[in-house]
Amino acid sequence: MNTTLSSLTRPLQRFSVRHAVRLPLMVTATLLVAMFSIGSLQYEGFFSAQVLLNVLIDNGFLLVVAIGMTFVILTGGIDLSVGSMVALSTMLTAWLVEQNGAPLALAVPLVLLVGAGGGALMGWVIHTFEIQPFIVTLAGMFLARGLCYMISTESISLTDPTTTRIAQTRVLLPGGLFISPAVVIALVVLALAFVVLHHTRFGRTVYALGGNESSARLMGLPVGRTKVAVYAVSGLCSALGGLLLTFYMLSGYALHAVGMELDAIAAVVIGGTLLTGGSGFVLGTALGVTVLGLIQTIISFQGTLSSWWTRIVIGGLLFVFILLQRLFGGSRPAH
Amino acid sequence: MAAPPTPRTPTGADRPVLEAHGIRKAFPGVLALDGVDLSLFPGEVHALMGENGAGKSTLIKVLTGVHPPDAGTVSVDGSLQWFAEPLEAQHAGISTVYQEVNLCPNLSVAENILIGREPRRLGLVHWSALHERAERLITELELDLDVRLPLSAHSLAVQQLVAIVRAVDVKAKVLILDEPTSSLDRDEVVQLFALVRRLRDRGVAILFVTHFIDQVFDLCDRVTVLRNGRLEGAYRVDELTSVTLVHRMVGSELRTLDELAERSHTGTAATPESADTPFLSARGLARSGAVQPYDLDIHRGEVIGLAGLLGSGRTEAARLLFGADHADAGELRIDGERAVLRSPRAAIAHKIAFCSENRKEEGLAGELTVRENIVLALQAARGWTRPLSRTRQDEIAARWIEVLDIRPAAPEAQVRNLSGGNQQKVLLARWLLTDPEMLILDEPTRGIDIGAKTEIQKLVTRLAAEGTAVLFISAELEEVLRLSHRVGVLRDHRLVATLPNDPTLTPDRILGTIATGATS
Ligand SMILES: Nc1ncnc2c1ncn2[C@@H]1O[C@H](COP(=O)(O)OP(=O)(O)OP(=O)(O)O)[C@@H](O)[C@H]1O
Ligand SMILES: [Mg+2]
Repeated sequence: MNTTLSSLTRPLQRFSVRHAVRLPLMVTATLLVAMFSIGSLQYEGFFSAQVLLNVLIDNGFLLVVAIGMTFVILTGGIDLSVGSMVALSTMLTAWLVEQNGAPLALAVPLVLLVGAGGGALMGWVIHTFEIQPFIVTLAGMFLARGLCYMISTESISLTDPTTTRIAQTRVLLPGGLFISPAVVIALVVLALAFVVLHHTRFGRTVYALGGNESSARLMGLPVGRTKVAVYAVSGLCSALGGLLLTFYMLSGYALHAVGMELDAIAAVVIGGTLLTGGSGFVLGTALGVTVLGLIQTIISFQGTLSSWWTRIVIGGLLFVFILLQRLFGGSRPAH
Repeated sequence: MAAPPTPRTPTGADRPVLEAHGIRKAFPGVLALDGVDLSLFPGEVHALMGENGAGKSTLIKVLTGVHPPDAGTVSVDGSLQWFAEPLEAQHAGISTVYQEVNLCPNLSVAENILIGREPRRLGLVHWSALHERAERLITELELDLDVRLPLSAHSLAVQQLVAIVRAVDVKAKVLILDEPTSSLDRDEVVQLFALVRRLRDRGVAILFVTHFIDQVFDLCDRVTVLRNGRLEGAYRVDELTSVTLVHRMVGSELRTLDELAERSHTGTAATPESADTPFLSARGLARSGAVQPYDLDIHRGEVIGLAGLLGSGRTEAARLLFGADHADAGELRIDGERAVLRSPRAAIAHKIAFCSENRKEEGLAGELTVRENIVLALQAARGWTRPLSRTRQDEIAARWIEVLDIRPAAPEAQVRNLSGGNQQKVLLARWLLTDPEMLILDEPTRGIDIGAKTEIQKLVTRLAAEGTAVLFISAELEEVLRLSHRVGVLRDHRLVATLPNDPTLTPDRILGTIATGATS
């Protein structure tokens, strides 16, 4: 209701309009630099490229999941099912490979298909029955987690030689640095997502949908198709994230990735994407994931703080960023 | 009901390109359309007329697949069609500009024009070609703006033009324009009409909704009139006079007709005593990039009109007086005392009310009911700790629904379901009821039918007579002249003159001032 008055104060200045969109991204980048500098000054051995790369190695799967989440949030939606989808993927992979002897070449596409299909189904329900994405994906979250337990209540470890070999592979970089294949995959997904969002008709429709859904419909844009596709992308990304996590953990377990949907949302928001949709960058999401990872790193370097401090810091940051969104042009009235 | 008109069109085509028959559409509680027929021939400009809430926009939405009809048929080029989505109507060659600007504020102007049919290269959007094409389309309408900026950086009028450019670009057989001229100025209207004529000569059928009677006679070949959701009749424009046309629209309510005839005589009242301290007085008030320093005095009981072209800074000047934007220079006095308006709240506390031109973005809360929207400003003025009782709210809503003749007269109807003109009336009611000492009206009669417009003009005159100061912004110079005691003329973000409204002041003289920047 406050929008009535507060939106009157929205300045119409050209300059600010043009730059307001990028501002959150700059803030995040600055924050990242600041965190890295502080860490380097405080702790011995912090100042090295490998520390940053380790952040990526430990969070590659989260990056992939958060990229999918970015698509959804850009349309003004939300996907709460991603954490459970990740768990389901780890479970499905482990079960197929370990207990049924399926080759990876079969298990991987199958898992990806399940993820994309599940996402598409949720998107279809959201669009066709005009139900809040929040509710539909919450149902999806319970469902996927439940399916994990149907496969097994125990953790299934992966001992298959191909899998373990892939898991231990390191991609060497010049200067004695290394990353895991998961990082490469995550970066490829990031590049793809960037191109799709900024240079394809589908991507632009995603932004249009977040800008104003009813306008997008009246403009003759394929609203339904795009919505279904966006949730399918998110499902696909969480399945892929699940695969990466499987290799990272070398196990499938129903209790993997509990609460990861919240990490993914936090990364997207800290990366400067508006929760109301229509504004943000997938590159920002990558920065957001790095910020989250760096917080963990700093806390582990610190040594005495319990790992729960990560949560507290993330919570504080989220709060600040949402306030920032509100201040810088985030006050568009919702439609 | 009149007999069906003989289909004679400029191109002599004998088959309508778009035909609707027996369209019926009910919303919960309202029968919006009841057995309406419409036929559009290639190469004609066809007006669709009717009072606020007559069903014009609903008919357009049914024709283009936004709402499914309850009964009736639509055929394109003689074959029956059924559109489930606006997209399908577009594919069938029907291009539409809906009443409210329906674009995406977060995308650039260029994207808004071309999204969905961007030029592509290797499957990717070809950005430079896209910008080039958008620029070409924009210049065709003799507009000058940066197509790379987000749409939200532009005024409502520009947004409306962008919506038109978007619709025109589609290779359309039928172009539907729902009140395209409502926020445009003379010049833009002239441009738009030239464009419409060019399209007509190319054989496009154009359906045109307007509340300006003159525009019908200026541009249109035939007219279909709706009244209360029913077809009143379809006529050739050259068979009608403006009086008969209005008569067809409002039915037998000759009252409105009388008022129409009399309105030019309401004239200007004597300028109120200017010796006393003005209610509001601005000295050198300015905001960089929006308005140059200007001086303005508004007395109690005085109506000041603001005239100027689109983008001349009319709205921007007014926003400073409401604290909606902050002045970065100059001084403001209210009742002789210095005042700094940091926010609309501060202005409201000084009993200043602002009725925004952008009712969709800044004015109304669409999900709330008519009653809730009406009491919103009053409640805000009282503070949330002193809620208005429900009975009071009901009384207030009922009273203003009656005063402004809001239809349907249902206080619990959701505002977004009201017709455009009736939404405007709700917004007006909200501010009027705060009993302001100064009322800023930014295009208050936009999209309002001719009867209601007269009502609003009378209301402004009456409020002024009762001692309210009024700042009245309108693109219609006749209206400004009819109501104002003095007229401020803006040009290029500068208040170039404040002219007393004596008999020598004519629309032409104002236009002259706008053109030359000097008082003639
Ligand atoms: N989505 C809806 N739900 C309920 N009622 C609606 C809806 N849309 C329109 N109406 C009602 O249908 C009637 C016709 O409205 P419509 O918008 O077609 O009028 P209009 O002729 O375009 O008027 P205006 O000149 O004010 O734009 C009105 O009574 C309106 O309140
Ligand atoms: Mg309408």
